[in-house]
This record gives sequence, C-alpha cells and structure tokens, in this order.
Amino acid sequence: MKKIIPFLSMMIVIMAVLVLGQNWLAQINKPPIKAANTNQVLNIYNWGDYIDPALLAKFTKETGYQVNYDTFDSNQALETKVKQGGTHYDVIFPSEYLVSKMTQEGLLAKLDYSKIHGVDNLAKHLLNQKYDPHNEHSLPYFWGTTGIMYNDQVFHASQLNAWGKLWNPEFKDQLLLIDGPREMLQPAIQALGYSLNTENQAQIKQIFNKFVALGPNIRGIVTDEKKQLLINGDANVAVTYNGDAQVVIDANPHVKFLIPKEGGPIWTDNMAIPKNSNNKKAAYAFINFMLNPKNAAQNAEYVAYSSPNQAALKYLPKSITQNSVLYPAASQLKHAQHYNNQPLRYFNEYNEVYLEAKTKVSLSGGLK
Amino acid sequence: MQKKILGNSYVLLIMVLLYIPIIFLVAYSFNSGTIMSGWSGFSFIHYQQLFADTRLLKILLDTFILAISSATIAAFIGTIGALFLDSFHNKKNLNVFSSLNNVLLVSPDVTIGVSFLILFTILGFSLGFVSVLISHIAFSIPIVLLMVLPRLREMDNTLIIAARDLGANRGTILSQIVIPEIWPSIMAGFLLALTYSLDDFAVTFFVTGNGFSTLSVEIYSRARQGVSLEINALSALMFAVSLLLVLAYYLYTTYSDKKARLTK
Amino acid sequence: MKNNIRAKAFFAIPYISWLAVFVIVPIGLLIYQSLTNAQGHFTLANFHEFITSSVYLPMAFNSVFYALIITTITFIISFPAAYVLSRLKHRQLWLMLIILPTWINVLLKTYAFLGLLSKSGLINQLLLTLGFGTHNLLFNHVSFIFVAVYLELPFMLLPIYNSINEIDTDILKASRDLGAKPINTLRQLVLPLSINGIKSGIQAVFIPSLSLFMLTTLIGGNKVMTLGSAIELHFIVTQNWHMGSTIAIILILAMAVTMYFTRERGKQK
Repeated sequence: MKKIIPFLSMMIVIMAVLVLGQNWLAQINKPPIKAANTNQVLNIYNWGDYIDPALLAKFTKETGYQVNYDTFDSNQALETKVKQGGTHYDVIFPSEYLVSKMTQEGLLAKLDYSKIHGVDNLAKHLLNQKYDPHNEHSLPYFWGTTGIMYNDQVFHASQLNAWGKLWNPEFKDQLLLIDGPREMLQPAIQALGYSLNTENQAQIKQIFNKFVALGPNIRGIVTDEKKQLLINGDANVAVTYNGDAQVVIDANPHVKFLIPKEGGPIWTDNMAIPKNSNNKKAAYAFINFMLNPKNAAQNAEYVAYSSPNQAALKYLPKSITQNSVLYPAASQLKHAQHYNNQPLRYFNEYNEVYLEAKTKVSLSGGLK
Repeated sequence: MQKKILGNSYVLLIMVLLYIPIIFLVAYSFNSGTIMSGWSGFSFIHYQQLFADTRLLKILLDTFILAISSATIAAFIGTIGALFLDSFHNKKNLNVFSSLNNVLLVSPDVTIGVSFLILFTILGFSLGFVSVLISHIAFSIPIVLLMVLPRLREMDNTLIIAARDLGANRGTILSQIVIPEIWPSIMAGFLLALTYSLDDFAVTFFVTGNGFSTLSVEIYSRARQGVSLEINALSALMFAVSLLLVLAYYLYTTYSDKKARLTK
Repeated sequence: MKNNIRAKAFFAIPYISWLAVFVIVPIGLLIYQSLTNAQGHFTLANFHEFITSSVYLPMAFNSVFYALIITTITFIISFPAAYVLSRLKHRQLWLMLIILPTWINVLLKTYAFLGLLSKSGLINQLLLTLGFGTHNLLFNHVSFIFVAVYLELPFMLLPIYNSINEIDTDILKASRDLGAKPINTLRQLVLPLSINGIKSGIQAVFIPSLSLFMLTTLIGGNKVMTLGSAIELHFIVTQNWHMGSTIAIILILAMAVTMYFTRERGKQK
C-alpha cells in the first residue's frame, strides 16, 4: 500500500492539473454567444497543417459554428475512416482520384450549387475533369504538379528534361521517389508515354518492368524527408510536388525545379461533403467561407501551395504569383494529365504491381 | 575503482547517445528559420506560434491525460493478469496464455487499429476519447504483463508461506509482500505503457473522432506537408514537463520512503 | 480447491475480459478475413499465395533476420549497462531518464536522425575530425539497425535491470571473496540469476521488431521491406485486407513459435 498510495496520489494531482488546463482552454475558445449557430458543431477532416488555424478561428467568430478539426495522413486512410463511419464528417479533403472512387462508392453528397457562392473564381483548367465531371461532388482546394528537383552543382537541367532520362546510369543510387502507388510509378508511365490512367494489361506489365529497371538508380522512396535531404545536400535528385520544391529552393538556392517535357501530372486536393454528414448547412457555410478570395489568399500564403482561386491571386504578393515553380506557365501544363480512379479490377492489379515492384527493388538493390 | 569509472562512463555514453536527437530537436525549436537544417538565428517565434494555437495546446493536454490514465489502468489490469497467470500450475496453459497475451505486441498497429475500429463500429460505439482510451489500455496491457510476470515467477515463496502460516490472509499477503516485491516491475510496465501510448499513431488514428486527437496523429498527418518547427517547440515543452514530473516523482518517492522508514 | 479457482477467476475478470474482447475477437476477425476472398467465399488462396509468391517468403526472412540482429545488439548493449546501473546510487532516477527520450515522438526523432546522419551532420563531422572521412550514413543497413536499436533499447534495459537489481549483493560479494574472477561471477551468477529479465527483454524487443514498419519507410527509405510494411501496405494502400490478415496471422504464429522456444522449462514452482 505504501507504494501504491503515493503513486496514485501523484497521478491524481497531475490529472487534476491537466483537466483544469483543458477547461481553461475551452473557456478561451468559446465563440461569442450572440452568434447564430452556437452549440452547433462542424466536423472537418483534413490533412495535417493544411489550413491557417487563424481562418478556423475567424470562421467560428463569423458563423458561430464550433469547429472540430481532425486530421489524416493519407487518402486511403481518409477513405477507410469515412467508409467505416463512427464519426460523421461534414467537410473532407480528398485528392482527385479519391473523389471519383468515393463517388462510385456512393460516399459523397451531390453539391447543391444554389447554396455555393464563388465557384466562378476557380481556375477553369482545374474544373470539369474526368475524376468529377461538372464538379458534381467536389471543388478544388489546392493544386499542384509533379516535376523533378535537382542540385545544380551536381546536375544540369539538360540531363533531366525528359522523364526517361531518370534511367540514365549517371543517376545510379541517386533518385528519391514519392511514396504512393500512383506517384511512385508515375515516372515510369510517363517515360513510356502511356496514360496515367491506363487500363491496358500489357501496358501495366511494361510499367512494372520499367520501374524495376529503375531499381539501381533509386536511393529511397520517401515522403516529406526529401526536403531535408536535398537542403542538406544528402541527395541531389528527387521527383517531387512543386509546392514542396519551393520550400527547398527557399532554403537552398542551388536546388532547381523543372517539369520534364512530357509534362507532369496535375494533382488537386478537393473539398467535398460526405453523404453521412449531419450538418450540411455548416458544410456549405464553410465551403463558401473558403471560396471567399480573401480567405483563400490568406490560406494560400499559409500553406504555400498553389491556390485554384483566381480571384485570390490579386491578394497575394507578386513574389508568389509570379513564381514559376508554384504557378507554372500554361505552356508547361498543356500536356498535363489528371489522375482518375481506375475500375476496381485495374486498381487491384495496379496495386499488386506497386507492392511487387517495391519489394523487388528492395530485395534486389536492397541496402548497401 | 578503475572498473567503476569504466562502467560509469559506459552508462554515460549511452545516456549521451539517447539524448543527442532530443537535444537536436530542442535546439531547432529555437531556430528562427522554418526547417530542421541549417541555422538562421535564435528566436522564440515557434513558441509564440504555439501559444497562439490553442488547438495544439489542447492536443498536448489530451495526449498527456490519455497517456497517464491509460498507462495507470493498464498497469493495474496487467498486474492482475500477471498474478492470474502466475497461479497456473500447468506449464502448457501458462505458455498458451502468455502467447495470447503477446498477440497485440506482434501485431502491427494497423491491424490492431482496423480490428478495433471494426469492433467499435459493430458495437455502435461513438468514436472519441473513450474509444481511444480503451484501445490504449488494450495495447498496453501485454507490455505490463511482460514486465511483471517474470518477477513473480522468480519471487521467493518462503516469505509468503511463512506469512500464511502466521495466519495472514490473502489480501494482506498481496499488499504487504507481493506488491512491494514486484513494484519495480509494475513501474517499468507503467513507464513503457506511457511510451506506447505517447508513441502510438495507427491505432489512435483509426479509433478516434469527434475532434479528439493526439500529438502523434497530429504529427503524422502533417508529414505530407512537412512538420513545422512549432511541433519541435511543442515537443521541447513536453520534454521539459516530463523531466520535471520525473524529478518531482523521484524526490517525492524517496522522501516518502525515508519518512516511512523513520516512522517504522 | 474449486472455490479457490473460482475466486481467482473472479479476481481476474478485468484481465480475462480484455483477453476475450481485444485479443480473441480480433484474432477471430483476422482468421475470418484471411480465409475469405473479396467475394466473401471461403478460400485458402491467401495462404497459398504467401507460400508461392516470390515476394513474401524473402520478406519474412528479412523480418526475422533484422529482428534477430536488432535483438542481439540491444542485448549486448543493455546487459552491461543494466549491471552498471544497478550499482549506481540514484539508479531509479537514471532509469527514468533512460525512458524519457522514448516519450518524444518517433517521427520527430527520425527527422533528428536525418539531420544528425546527414553529410554535414554531427556524426560525419565527428568521423572527419577523427580522420575517418565523411560517409554516406543514410538509407543503409547500418543506419537502419542503429536507429532501431536506439528505439528498442529501453525495452531491453528495463527488465534486465529489474532482474539484476534483485540479486542479493551478498552473493556477489561472497563470490568475489572466494576469489572468483569478475567475468566468472558475471557469467555464472549474474547471467543465470537474471535470466527471467533477459527473457522478457528479448520478447519485448524481438516480437515487436518482427513487425517494424515505420522505420523501414523513414530511415530505410522503403528499401527495407518487412512483413510489417507489407501488412501496412495491404491494409492501407492496396486495401486487400484478406492478404493483410493472412500475413498478420502468420506473424502471430511466428510469435507463438518464439514463445515456445523461450518458454519456461524445468520444475514447477
């Protein structure tokens, strides 16, 4: 007993302090009582650190909705959570191919355009794509493209101006690739000149072989760490999103970004409302809030990705809008393809290829 | 004497190695730049941002509350489990039960997370603090048992038999002899359960909802965009608080031990 | 006697219900998933694929191989450290200080290692001043194992320390007075007397190491594939829960085998 009692009393004291702290925080966060929708909750499900927290506070202040902001780390994880239920989210942020997948699975509500204001502000080239014709279920939130960043002290742009050049022996044990089934195989698909959404079995087989042939050049298949690696000079070439490249360039001026001549895929992260949302009214209020050009501009400055909101661009500093990494010229995007969901059969096949290719590369090249 | 110095410097070396990454993280929380490399100058900017972001502060408190309560309850249930397994006379049964106990240790977090999610949705359980707490208790129990059971097995039985002969009842034996004897192992289990809880991402991710989040979930879901130095500041803060708690606990227990000895 | 057992079982209700709800039921779910296909029909195809595919067996070998190396190294480092620690004055405090770093998020620590192991990082600077030149320390076996050992160390150290700490110092003194060499005291007294702690340390490190996956992506650059990473992929990316469950079941079996080999032998208590 003489051991347990001091231990438990200590724990109880600590817990009491923590709970007091929590109450204090809750006091600070209370929205003004006069607002219309107090005690109503809006459940948002988004990528981590993908919105300016000040905007959430502003939204609560303007509308009275309390915001529950939950975060996920991958599209697949988002899909699993929404499908299983348990929490009813009101606004979610899936990437393009997931929009079409979730639409097919009947998980997304059809958008009611009579309740949305400011759609005209969105860039035309990002709307009405195959993954969501007429944007019936989603509106773009941020967008970007994929290209190659490299250290200009080691490599030259002419060595990298086509996706196929990544297979050259001078890149032995140098490349960093993006981790993800579509993203990892994308250079192989574009080097072969196929559609990013190919359903042709022979082509998928070829993509697999092409990727395995890249094995000796692969240094690692990574996500966010590549920024640090390029900044420190630990790696010199990486396939990357343009938004991430900008962060690296800001920290290490020797790093450059280019889009190979075949073009890169365009990705979009989108706002959508799940069918099982309990508070669609709040969801529309939030979408309208984010479509507001001033808010969109503030958010784009915080997140540092490219905003699809054309009307927001005039509120952004010129250093951002005239930056060709974040806002590439139309000529660079004319070949760009959008990802689309593949039918389940191909989806599975494609994933098997991804897993097998990844394993092959790890077992053959392996670690040295 | 020489040997003692050699041994002590060995432990010191391990301590240094263990703390180097922590020092690195804490140092960068004072970097005026935005990324964990290079050095742009000293600044408190990330701490200012942190204190302006009440959501992050709430997550920090939630994480601590979750970890401490789940580890305490897991230590309790795990110890009961160890006492229960220790009472088995049949070695075969003991082995079967210990294997069952370790299932959650070997299962990757994703499997645990998905199974628990299915379990909770079947039961119609609303996801949030309670579902996360239950899950954390669940995956921390095996590590507690793994720490406590061996200690029970090697415990000297003569004392217990003597006590029983003197007419002590089971409760007295448990609280006066067994628990003090295995206490260090229970503490070890408690501390490792804290580690499990603070570190877990996958299980928490699947079973959470309705605005409840932990530091790990927040950090992992930031990984695509990049983890900002604000998180370093948060971790530095957390580390400082943990260090203070550990010191306070140590002083407190040594003090109460001494007092207990004096009054005896 | 019967009453006694019933009393015990009553006492153990929280633990037994935990076993039932959070161990037995999930295992049941996993077995069900592993024995069905996407259409919900009964099949052994998943297990067949595991055995025949060119992917999984090498992966399984990889997992066991790395887990063994990681366990061995953590043991070699921890045992002497635990011994020295148990002789220190403020040992409880030191022990907690060893656990403290594990409370900082793994992902963050991994970022720290990316910085420390980088070309211009601390470790390379040290190597350079010692005259070994700079080396590429990222994305290779050594860095992977190094970081894994770093993360697993407390799980080995703690139980061993607890066991050694319980050894009566008089026995060790007696051994020394009788002229035994320190190495013999260590081998013939300390090692056997702390065997239970060592066992639980080995289990606490080896078993979770089989399913390491986080590290394989971060420090291994996805170039180390273990069964853990395969399960993660199947559950999250390819969403083939049937195959993922199959591998999970095989991992559980591997764990049971490990338990069998490290089981308690000898006389009943």
